[in-house]
Amino acid sequence: MFNYTFYWSIVWEKFPELLQGARITLEVTILSMIFGTALALPLSLWRRAREGVGHAFATGWVELARNTPALFQVYMVYFGLGSLHIHLPSYFAMVAALTFNNAGYLAETFRGGLNSVPPQQLSAARSLGMSAFSAYAYVVFPQVFQVVFFPYVNQLNWALLNSSLGMIIGLRELTGATQAAQSESFRTFEFFIVAACIYYVMAKAIETLAQLASWRLFGR
Amino acid sequence: MQFQLPYSGLQWSDLPYVLLGVWNTLILTLAAATFGTLIGVVIGWLRQDVPVARVVLAPYVDVTRSVPLIIQFILVNSSFALAGIPLEPLWVGVIVLSLYMGVLTSELVRAGLGAVRFQLKWASRSLGMSYWQELRYVSAPLALRTFFPGWIGTVIALTKDTALVSVVGYVELLRASQVLINRTNEALLVLAGTGLFYFAICYPISLYSRRLERTFQHD
Repeated sequence: MFNYTFYWSIVWEKFPELLQGARITLEVTILSMIFGTALALPLSLWRRAREGVGHAFATGWVELARNTPALFQVYMVYFGLGSLHIHLPSYFAMVAALTFNNAGYLAETFRGGLNSVPPQQLSAARSLGMSAFSAYAYVVFPQVFQVVFFPYVNQLNWALLNSSLGMIIGLRELTGATQAAQSESFRTFEFFIVAACIYYVMAKAIETLAQLASWRLFGR
Repeated sequence: MQFQLPYSGLQWSDLPYVLLGVWNTLILTLAAATFGTLIGVVIGWLRQDVPVARVVLAPYVDVTRSVPLIIQFILVNSSFALAGIPLEPLWVGVIVLSLYMGVLTSELVRAGLGAVRFQLKWASRSLGMSYWQELRYVSAPLALRTFFPGWIGTVIALTKDTALVSVVGYVELLRASQVLINRTNEALLVLAGTGLFYFAICYPISLYSRRLERTFQHD
């Protein structure tokens, strides 16, 4: 048992490839968060509307995104659209699938944030003579932002970890790049330990930055 | 000469294979949820009430939450292989997912115990209850109400995460459907069926948990 010599130098030779993978991981994560946020805003408003086509559409999206595995969503974009002769490269398929997922979760987060501000505050601001725009901009949104901030960062971390699914559809993000790099030497353990460390550093960096921003912005 | 890929359509005889995938998904979910909850309750209580445990367990909690599950599966799989005891894919899945579920559950247990007002604890202690009596009759029942809806949400997340064990060769539902897709080239049809299955499990449970949450908020 354990008469195995670890062999790390081979990992350092391939380290630049792993870093290149990490860059793609970050790209996919950030793009999918930007698009996901842009889609989640109207979705959360439609969800609040209680009825109509928009509500049905948004509810369908949110429930589908939250109640099926992320890997299933990736397959659906990559293989499912493929059988309709829409062939996306794995990079765009990954961004699209993660965007779908992020939008679903973020829509619920935003909805919760909007619900957490009592409607009386809006009425009060309006009756003080503020325009609808400034009532939202100065009274409602600052509070929503504060409620939504940490769940949003959580979702960002989820997206980072979920982007590792790219390996399965052949994307060379960090996990995929690691898989490819180890396939010449089969030093699986060494390579993936290093990949795990890179993920850990990225996740911790996001968490730390978020904490710093929160102290700066909200004083807590 | 044109090479023709020999696809064959979906047949009724594929059904047992899909059902095997369903069964494997359910078994894995059940095992990991059971072990994970047991681990999580103990760890969550330790992290809430024993300061030393908080420090000792911090790396485990931290790493489990910041490394993708796929990589955790691969690492556990290959480290057992290196140690010379190759493990069945099912057990790789059970180990990783139980530890993962344990961390998520422990957060909920902590939040639940933390939500019990400390005046209540002091009151019960000054009535002569021991630490354990207080935990058993006062804190735990109150913590359970905040814990339960979140725990159901975690089980749903776990059900979805079982799909990832396919990377170490476990034939669960999504893997089984991918094999079928490779043979039949009917990606959309097979995937729609698979998605419907996951949805049929997760959606009712999540509706139930949301209703519970609302009930608990109102009293």
